[in-house]
Amino acid sequence: MQTGGFPWLTVLIFLPLAGAGALYFVKETHARVMALVITAADFLVALPLWWLFDSSSSHMQFAEHVQWITSPPIHYSLGVDGISLPLVLMTAVLMPLCVLISWESITTRLRTFMAVLLVMEGAMIGVFVALDFVLFYVFWEAMLIPMYLLIGVWGGPNRLYAAMKFFLYTLAGSMLLLVAVLVLYFYGGHTFDILALSQVTYSASLQMWLFWAFFAAFAVKVPMFPFHTWLPDAHVEAPTAGSVILASVLLKMGAYGFVRFSLPMLPDASRMMTPLMAVLSIAAIIYGAYMALAQSDLKKLIAYSSVSHMGFVTLGLFVMNQEGIEGAVMQMVNHGITTGALFLCVGMIYDRTHSRLISDNAGLAKPMPRYATCLVIFALSSLGLPGTNSFVGEFLVLIGTFLWSKAATVIASLGIILAAVYLLYMVQRVAFGTPSPRELPRLQDIGPREFGTLVPLVVLVFWIGLFPNPLVSRMHASVSKTLETMARTRVAPTSHPSAAHRPSIVLTATDQPQADRP
Amino acid sequence: MTSYGSDLIVILPELIVVAAACLVFVLDPLTPHSRKELLAWLSLGALALCIGLTGGQISVLNLRLPAFSDMVVVDGYARFWKLLLYGVTGLTILMSLPYLKAEGLHLGEYYGFILLALSGMMVMVSGADLLTIYLGTELMSLSLYVMAGLKRTSPRSLEASAKYFVLGAFSSGLLLYGISLLYGLTGSTRLNAIADALGTKGFDDPLLLIATILLTVGFGFKIAVVPFHMWTPDVYEGAPTAVTAFMAVASKAASFAAFLRVFIEGLGGLRGDWSNLFLVLCVITLVLGNVVAIVQTNIKRMLAYSSIAHAGYALIGVVAAGRAAGESGGTSGIASVMLYLTFYAFMTLGAFAVIAMFRKGGLEGEDIADYTGLAKRQPVAALMMLVFMVSLAGIPPTAGFLGKFYVFMAAVEAGLSWLAAVALLFAAVSAYYYMRVVMLMYMREPEAAVIDSPHLVTSPALSIVLACAVAGVILLGLYPNPVVSLALQSVLMLR
Repeated sequence: MQTGGFPWLTVLIFLPLAGAGALYFVKETHARVMALVITAADFLVALPLWWLFDSSSSHMQFAEHVQWITSPPIHYSLGVDGISLPLVLMTAVLMPLCVLISWESITTRLRTFMAVLLVMEGAMIGVFVALDFVLFYVFWEAMLIPMYLLIGVWGGPNRLYAAMKFFLYTLAGSMLLLVAVLVLYFYGGHTFDILALSQVTYSASLQMWLFWAFFAAFAVKVPMFPFHTWLPDAHVEAPTAGSVILASVLLKMGAYGFVRFSLPMLPDASRMMTPLMAVLSIAAIIYGAYMALAQSDLKKLIAYSSVSHMGFVTLGLFVMNQEGIEGAVMQMVNHGITTGALFLCVGMIYDRTHSRLISDNAGLAKPMPRYATCLVIFALSSLGLPGTNSFVGEFLVLIGTFLWSKAATVIASLGIILAAVYLLYMVQRVAFGTPSPRELPRLQDIGPREFGTLVPLVVLVFWIGLFPNPLVSRMHASVSKTLETMARTRVAPTSHPSAAHRPSIVLTATDQPQADRP
Repeated sequence: MTSYGSDLIVILPELIVVAAACLVFVLDPLTPHSRKELLAWLSLGALALCIGLTGGQISVLNLRLPAFSDMVVVDGYARFWKLLLYGVTGLTILMSLPYLKAEGLHLGEYYGFILLALSGMMVMVSGADLLTIYLGTELMSLSLYVMAGLKRTSPRSLEASAKYFVLGAFSSGLLLYGISLLYGLTGSTRLNAIADALGTKGFDDPLLLIATILLTVGFGFKIAVVPFHMWTPDVYEGAPTAVTAFMAVASKAASFAAFLRVFIEGLGGLRGDWSNLFLVLCVITLVLGNVVAIVQTNIKRMLAYSSIAHAGYALIGVVAAGRAAGESGGTSGIASVMLYLTFYAFMTLGAFAVIAMFRKGGLEGEDIADYTGLAKRQPVAALMMLVFMVSLAGIPPTAGFLGKFYVFMAAVEAGLSWLAAVALLFAAVSAYYYMRVVMLMYMREPEAAVIDSPHLVTSPALSIVLACAVAGVILLGLYPNPVVSLALQSVLMLR
């Protein structure tokens, strides 16, 4: 881990945070422009990382390491590797688009809205780059309040219920994470350093406890199958920008948590739980797809398709091979782009007709050709058409799954077929149906601002779909390292080889930490 | 006699506070009604002097100054709490200035009583003898009984005062009974002598068990843990809001300080036994405090239950201190209690400061529903309330999160991970009622345009209080190092 040099990541986190404060010093009418400038600037700061990143190295790059709290030792420690870099970039790409889509649709308390978006951006990037567990937790939790406000203040008619449900679900999940963090501190050699904690071998029973504590936090966020019920509510009620952030970034945090913490720190428990995780993932794939089939509300349809797509991500992670994990990370990015774009599309049509029902928004290809083109592209990308981004991710995940179990692959593939069914059915009605005469006068095609919001994502869809290699090569080394870490820490359930220089830790019957205290 | 002189120097801050209190009582009839704030400034001056005196010794942390043949001791632990109490009292006085004026209660003796209560608390935190601690407790409580009934025309205030007095007197009796039993068993009321006499006896002697239970009940009443909490909601609701803030923060902190000192320094040998007792109290406090707070419609009552729940969180630190293995094991538990109450002080004072100045048609706006749509009318006040609520719920990056963090860390270190998990789940429950206030402020529109809609009366003094509280909550949440190291260096040593 090399330190020093320009503090890229700190700038990435604190530029939007400072910008949120600065918004209160400009006129309310200028808040939009200012927010756009700040998010665009943040994107420009993030962009060079793509080329400066050394893809042959599995180390944390652009690292920063400063003592934050002295007792216990908590550090302000940042860094990116091949797994977090794509997610950071994706976040930075999406945020200016979120500002753009809210340009006219947000009319009340515009300044606060933009400030909340900026705070979200800082916290989300912080989650992906934090290398200290407490720092990670601080960012992870700090995101809740702005998201709560985003849904609750600017959301739809049932927003209060949805906001509270989102808040309590995710908070309750992450509370157990905090206990797990503290337990890891005492069993992992009195440190919160994520990399150091990943090197320690924990006893099998402790791993199991920690795994469920992590699971509570991450599975709610993903969301995995039985914990997904907050998602449709939150998506439907949130304003468009909120839906985009939720779908594209927040859901990724759960999956990121699994790959960053559960797999390397708790390899034995993860291996033991693989069948269950795979079953839950496949259940999410099939169930989400079936639910999507039945929806008449566009946002709900996409929300359930998210559940289904995120099932592929968790499936890929827990089959635990190179193809699976790479596919999962790819799929995280792809889902962020494609589903984010679909939510943007729904937001645009909602601005016009003030309805999200498919029946109210039928037959848009004639009055809104540009819009319909984009919608069809994103729908095809979402169903995994070869040549688009999602194909690459889902294909890799299915290869990984195939190496683990052929039967699972067959069932999971059903999800892709179902995705084709619900997405094409949706496209058939929305793009090529008969428009209701009542709505026709309101259906103007998208203007330059809206077109500009979608074009970057169209480019990304095809770029990743046709040339996935730059992305895959950047994550390759880091994924291999994760797998190596997992293989190296494989232990027999009862005893473990003690590392000479590291405090050796076992879970004893009395649950007492036996780490040598400094 | 010369030794007496040096003893008096040790308790100089206490003397200053008492002298200032007496001066306030004497000057009160001589000050015209419109100039009563002079008495407040006098009290603040006395506090500033004390902060200088106690703060000046902070660099010599290990300096332990016993006085009056070990009845009183001024050590790092006492200094830590005293500094906290000075700060809380100062902010309460500042908050009271505009509040008492708005309520038409601007009485000079209020400041006298607040100083007397403070002196009682100071005696509590530096008492090294059960009787000294008892005297301090009584001085504090008697002053608070009067302050709770300050709104002489309000039946609720009088009810609060009477209820507080009756139940308080009862609990003081139990405390005294416990002290007498302990004296009978050990032949002393001095904490270190008790510790020597008890050795590592354990609860074999039933009288010792009864004495411990009586002490627990006495202190449990003061810190308001379930099942000794019954007075809290009524008293917090009825008492004038500034007094409620003072009770919720200062009285709780001082009582925790004395409670910890008695059980660590005096009954430390029994810690394996009392920690089990407190474990039970702790869990039922967390459950009941958080669950009952959900159904409250009056914000002061809600905060009363929340303060009960927060006592439960602080109690986790005490349990952890008792459970911790090894020689220095208790340190993190005790330090976590000190930190928790420090962080708690800022957020609770801040929340009460907002409530104190929230008026509806000449009266206090106490219904949670009155906060509907506050963000539209008074965005700054709403933002501050948001910060306090978020901190009370324990969400980073606020001080409330770090308070919980240290307490749970001590619990996990002591092998009580399950307790941390239970407490955290109830923290998620608590988020519901705190966030409901945020929801009303930000996400609901007021039902109808009332002419006399609830609003916040601001004043310079109140702005200072709110600024201090917000700064405390956020700065301590981001950079707690100075306070943490101070607490760690001034913890009590388990014997």
